[in-house]
Amino acid sequence: MSARAGWPLYEVFVRGKRGLNHVHVGSLHAPDDEMAVHAARDVYTRRNEGVSIWVVRADAITASSPDEKDPMFAPSGDKVYRHPTFYDIPADVPHI
Amino acid sequence: METVYDALDAAHGGGGQWAFGTGFDDPLVGVDTTVPDGVDPADLGAYCLMLGDDALVLAQRLTEWITAAPELEEEVAFGNTALDLLGQARLLLARAGSVGVLGSSRDRASATVPDEDALAYFRDADEFRCTGLVAAVNGDFARTMVRLLVASTVRLAVLTRLRGSRDPVLAAVAAKGVHELAYHRDHAARWVLRLGDGTAESHSRAQAGVDAVWPHLTDLFTATDVEQRLAAAGVAVDPADVREEVHDVLATVLTRATLRVPDRPGDVPPRGRTGVHGPELTELLGTLQGLAREHPAATW
Amino acid sequence: MPAPPLDPVVDEARLQELFDATVAAERRIEPRDWMPEGYRRTLVRQIAQHAHSEIIGMQPEGDWLLRAPSLRRKAVLLAKVQDEAGHGMYLYSAAETLGADRTDLTDRLIDGRQKYSSIFNYPTLTFADVGVIGWLVDGAAICNQVPLCRSSYGPYARAMIRVCKEESFHQRQGYELLLTMMGGTDEQRAMVQDAVDRWWWPSLMMFGPPDTDSPNSAQSMAWGIKRHSNDELRQRFVDMTVPQAEFLGVRLPDPDLALDPETGRHRFGPIDWDELKRVISGDGPCNAERIARRRAARDDNAWALEAASAYAQKHGARS
Repeated sequence: MSARAGWPLYEVFVRGKRGLNHVHVGSLHAPDDEMAVHAARDVYTRRNEGVSIWVVRADAITASSPDEKDPMFAPSGDKVYRHPTFYDIPADVPHI
Repeated sequence: METVYDALDAAHGGGGQWAFGTGFDDPLVGVDTTVPDGVDPADLGAYCLMLGDDALVLAQRLTEWITAAPELEEEVAFGNTALDLLGQARLLLARAGSVGVLGSSRDRASATVPDEDALAYFRDADEFRCTGLVAAVNGDFARTMVRLLVASTVRLAVLTRLRGSRDPVLAAVAAKGVHELAYHRDHAARWVLRLGDGTAESHSRAQAGVDAVWPHLTDLFTATDVEQRLAAAGVAVDPADVREEVHDVLATVLTRATLRVPDRPGDVPPRGRTGVHGPELTELLGTLQGLAREHPAATW
Repeated sequence: MPAPPLDPVVDEARLQELFDATVAAERRIEPRDWMPEGYRRTLVRQIAQHAHSEIIGMQPEGDWLLRAPSLRRKAVLLAKVQDEAGHGMYLYSAAETLGADRTDLTDRLIDGRQKYSSIFNYPTLTFADVGVIGWLVDGAAICNQVPLCRSSYGPYARAMIRVCKEESFHQRQGYELLLTMMGGTDEQRAMVQDAVDRWWWPSLMMFGPPDTDSPNSAQSMAWGIKRHSNDELRQRFVDMTVPQAEFLGVRLPDPDLALDPETGRHRFGPIDWDELKRVISGDGPCNAERIARRRAARDDNAWALEAASAYAQKHGARS
């Protein structure tokens, strides 16, 4: 496993046009919030002007706790994703 | 093969929001392309080549970063910037061609080759009118970002004024271009801040980049005869008019980036704008033009 | 039917049951859902391999970006190669929802611990290759990928929808370039035929080994992360491509290629599976070069990434 620490992960939300909600479209890596907005515009709107973008660090999102209403939830805490921030993989696990 | 796409369009609303393709907006739709009264078409064409060649050559330099950038996010950013500049180059070269400024390119290119390609692919280096600033090699990521900062600061200042040009085509190209250039300058400035004020290594690389790029400012602000005539006619921008603004912007960014601002280099007569270039442009054009020149009768 | 509350001690068998029922009902598994460890691991491997393929796939055409023979072609190709970087990002994103880390996945690619599509280890010798890659390679990719828009794993399926939309533009630009070249000079027509001769068989290999030699397929089908067998997709691609080749006026380099009037499908000759194995195991013409370029991009620029991180720390992470 590499010693280098990558940039933090950001989740990206885009309002495609006026009148619509921001919708989650994916994620990216950026060194800070400003650069994350820039990268989000480049990657997820590909030069389309006039859309609104939100970015938020993935580790800042809190999710509802799983309860018996949705038994599919894994009992894995209150984070949205199994992102590496909260899910460490040992380096010696082959082929992960 | 249509069925595949149809199913997808239906599944995704068909808005085309995610597909970024070939559909470049043509800012010249509905624009009067008549040459303004009292303007020599040869001057107008020569000026379009200056601005067009700057864009084409810088786009080629930025494209050299594709598959070599520090992160995937930066691959995409380089691609966007290069695509914007390429779009500007195409319009400006086409405009030069439309007023009959084609140099020797028409003798070499077959009739089916459009003007923009005849000019891009079939002129020799001494017919190019770009500045040494854009022709210079990239160097490392720091030098590349410093050059992009300088080049986009100059170009944004010029295009901002050119929106009021008496030539409706130049005015339209400038109106579209300022939004693009503002973004390029912003992106480059953010990186210069981070590299200048990042680590010891990035600081020294950024400073070396500044020191390498700075000498190219020497002939950026001296006008050619063509620019002087066109500026007097309200068609072009005299580069001397943007000198203070450019230096102010650069000094502000570099200072915030904790970088030393070199002394202003003295003005010298225009070099690149009159076709005087170093070997790096010849080399760049060898790559850019090689294939097209190998097959002069081909259509692509 | 409301489900009874789970025992605080996780009831694995019950979770497995719910998982199986969700997949069987064609509903999506989402990141926080319970999933079998093998499902997660297989998905990470598959999505990462797919993402790596997009990123390595930038290189064969990237070789022609600086030399594209018209400004329009240059712009189209630049947009396309840029899309591939975007696709790689969408896919790494999906892999990250499963606990993988893009930095680590990139290292695995560069160290040779994870694979990418063998097709990108062939060289692009002429500009016609750009068109043929769009037509055949992206065409094959679309055949492979459209079914994945219904993958049982939600983030992967959503990424694939976006990828497939953009891929359709890629295939069209490739075919359009070939049509233009076929209408050009004799030399250009010869370039197109030569490129088709070189890329046809590797394109067929993109669908993977024959079903008889594809050990993990059954489990992946059951998990809903593979929707059709390799041979089925390969056959679909051949049937789709033959009329396109006729329209274009090129010959596909297979003397056995013929329409079976009974089934309405095309029979085709034997594929050289030894070649596929050689190329996958690193013995293709360009393996070393492709990886070296990724390694250089990572190592030569690491200082710039560190600088941005250091700046963020100095000025507050939310600067």
